[in-house]
Amino acid sequence: MTRVAAAALVALCAAAIVPAGARPAPPNAADLEAEVVCPVCETTIDQSNAPVAERMKLYIRERIAAGATEQQIKDALVREFGPGVLATPEKSGFGLLAWLVPLAALVVGAVVVGLLVRAWSRSRDTRPEETLLDPELERRVDEELARFDG
Amino acid sequence: MARRARLVAQGVAIGLVALLFTLLVWALATDEGGDLAAAAARGERPAAPEFELERLDGGGELALASLRGKAVVLNVWASWCVPCREEAPFLEQVWRERRGRGLVVVGLNAKDFRRDARSFMRRYDLTFPVVFDGSGDTAGRYGVTGFPETFVLDREGRVLESFIGAVNSDEDRANLRAAVDRALES
Repeated sequence: MTRVAAAALVALCAAAIVPAGARPAPPNAADLEAEVVCPVCETTIDQSNAPVAERMKLYIRERIAAGATEQQIKDALVREFGPGVLATPEKSGFGLLAWLVPLAALVVGAVVVGLLVRAWSRSRDTRPEETLLDPELERRVDEELARFDG
Repeated sequence: MARRARLVAQGVAIGLVALLFTLLVWALATDEGGDLAAAAARGERPAAPEFELERLDGGGELALASLRGKAVVLNVWASWCVPCREEAPFLEQVWRERRGRGLVVVGLNAKDFRRDARSFMRRYDLTFPVVFDGSGDTAGRYGVTGFPETFVLDREGRVLESFIGAVNSDEDRANLRAAVDRALES
């Protein structure tokens, strides 16, 4: 029984392995339409029915049918409409800045907040006299507590 | 330490505000569009924003500055724009009528596919120069928010008159011809 199960598992794994020469799955038109900006209405083309957006949808479908990859389609659209046609900037070249600047701002902000928190906590530590009880008062509180316990 | 941290935070905040203010001033100072049509309507002659763009009617690029000394009709269009189709034959006619007198009609094809633009040019038998502004940046500098829009420039590259929307009616066509004649006389 164990051997049968092992054989079935091997067969399943073999079926799951993609042959080395197989082509990747074609890009999904709906996914691409959500990543491309209509140059007239400034929304993604899946949200627009402007004539240019409809033309761009048709172009994407034509290119997918012709076997183009997602990156090839995006590159072609950038050549026609400029980098602003992509809803998210490219992760290379100048577009990389759009990804790095917010991250850098986040790090700088965290450092500033950390410094402030540290400074505030230190300033509280350096003021113990203000918060501790007067020794005489403390002695009386201890006496009262001892009496209460007794 | 607390004081130092506070100073650093204040410095960062002031720096960010100064940066945003500088960006705002820069954006306002470099914004040439929008006011062009209004200034031309008031009788002023604002300088037309310069450009040097890829030609769709042949190879190479065309710079607006290279047309200095000629009157220019700059027509902003796109192949997907229905009114643009209606006025294209008229613009071709004006170009053929007056190019001998020193007029150049320039098509500024914006927010379009090059292939579609060339197909449009063949379909309407356009023979005047057409430049490609796929991103629409140049059209934006002219303050164009809709298609088509047409600017008449005098021989010194100043905006004499602008036409928002298609030049389709008899009145619009007469006005454009009159503006072209004034530009040729400038």
